[in-house]
Amino acid sequence: MSVATVKLRSPLRDLAGGNREVSVEGSSVGDILRELERRHPRITGWVLDEHGRVRTHVNVFVDGERVQEDAPVAASATVHILPSISGGSR
Amino acid sequence: MTELLVGTKKGLFVLQGEARSEKPFEVAARAFPGNVVEYAIRDPRSGRYFASVTSGHYGPRVMHTTDPTGEWEPTTGLTYPKDDEWTLERIWSIVPGEADGLMYAGVAPAGLFTSIDGGMTWELNRALHDQPTRKDWQPGAGGLCLHSIATWPGDPSRLALGISAVGVWLTEDGGASWRHGNKGLVPRYLPEDAAEDTFDLCVHNMHRAPLRPERLFMQFHGGVYRSDDAGETWISIADGLPADFSFPLAIDPADPDSAFVIPMVSDGDRVTVDGRVRVFGTRDGGETWTSLSDGLPQDDAYLTILRQAFDREGEGSELGLYFGATSGDVFGSGDGGSSWFSVRERLAPVTSVRVA
Repeated sequence: MSVATVKLRSPLRDLAGGNREVSVEGSSVGDILRELERRHPRITGWVLDEHGRVRTHVNVFVDGERVQEDAPVAASATVHILPSISGGSR
Repeated sequence: MTELLVGTKKGLFVLQGEARSEKPFEVAARAFPGNVVEYAIRDPRSGRYFASVTSGHYGPRVMHTTDPTGEWEPTTGLTYPKDDEWTLERIWSIVPGEADGLMYAGVAPAGLFTSIDGGMTWELNRALHDQPTRKDWQPGAGGLCLHSIATWPGDPSRLALGISAVGVWLTEDGGASWRHGNKGLVPRYLPEDAAEDTFDLCVHNMHRAPLRPERLFMQFHGGVYRSDDAGETWISIADGLPADFSFPLAIDPADPDSAFVIPMVSDGDRVTVDGRVRVFGTRDGGETWTSLSDGLPQDDAYLTILRQAFDREGEGSELGLYFGATSGDVFGSGDGGSSWFSVRERLAPVTSVRVA
């Protein structure tokens, strides 16, 4: 099982107890995000919607490449979860 | 002291002031900057505040706190099931129920959620969600939304719901079963030969008169109506208004013959009529309407007041009225609408106003 470093910005950082980065196990982006929710339940629903899909206006990058839930995550990868520029306040 | 919870396109504003002083209210707090606050209330039973917050990035949720100037926490359970075809888009209303801990939330796409623990956790009402007609429900311009939840004082088994654009739904068994209550509503936006039992009915707002709970008032998508039989049938009470299109609606709980509306020109021009901001009130069940505009802008004032942006405080001789516009202006009256003052100017576009 890979261990990735997930980097968080506000408001997700606040929901993860103020941690700017969290080490999370998982072999795919979906695994990583679900494990992140399990360890930090207050994040539940913020990145993944109720169907387990990454929200439309959230981008996930693995080692600098924008990816979807099913993308593999290698050991020691860095995962960024960022708001997209398309999803600002109405 | 009056406390107003003003939801805007750019966060929640907590305003505090004295209505009788007719001076602008102070901004006691701003929460959720950058996010749309669709609706916010204070549950008078628990003193807990709830805010429906929609993040452009991170989705919709209901947050709660006991101190609106402090930290807010998310509630849980307000999502459609994982295997459902619908995804929660927006939470339109949060309403205290008629039993300890009972609360309701109306959402888009149209659904009713219930909480029995004072709003901490929520569960989807399956009986409404599983209606066989749901696949044919059509949205209004604001989406397919359940926005009006009219409780029956002292009886948690009875509810009336307003859905845009799926009409009125009634239950007498606490939400275990539902039926339509649409007789008399005239959808002018449909062909005249549309089916008589159509449920493509765009309810804009609905309130129950608590002292005569079989009476409800409705602002429709073109039409103002009253029901005297708990929402089974509706009669038009729009005569005397300068226009019958609008969204906001309020009542005086002490007077079952009272209702207040803020007419806008039409669905094609959703601004106050003739550039004059006027609240119209009735004290005879809609037989006659009186313009209540003293102190409101009357020259080239083309304001849009959204569905949840009108509320009242107190009742009878102590009735206060408050509304906000998408211009960012909030107005108030401490004397039942006889005179108005500017509560606050130049906030962000107002989505909701509720007295805490």
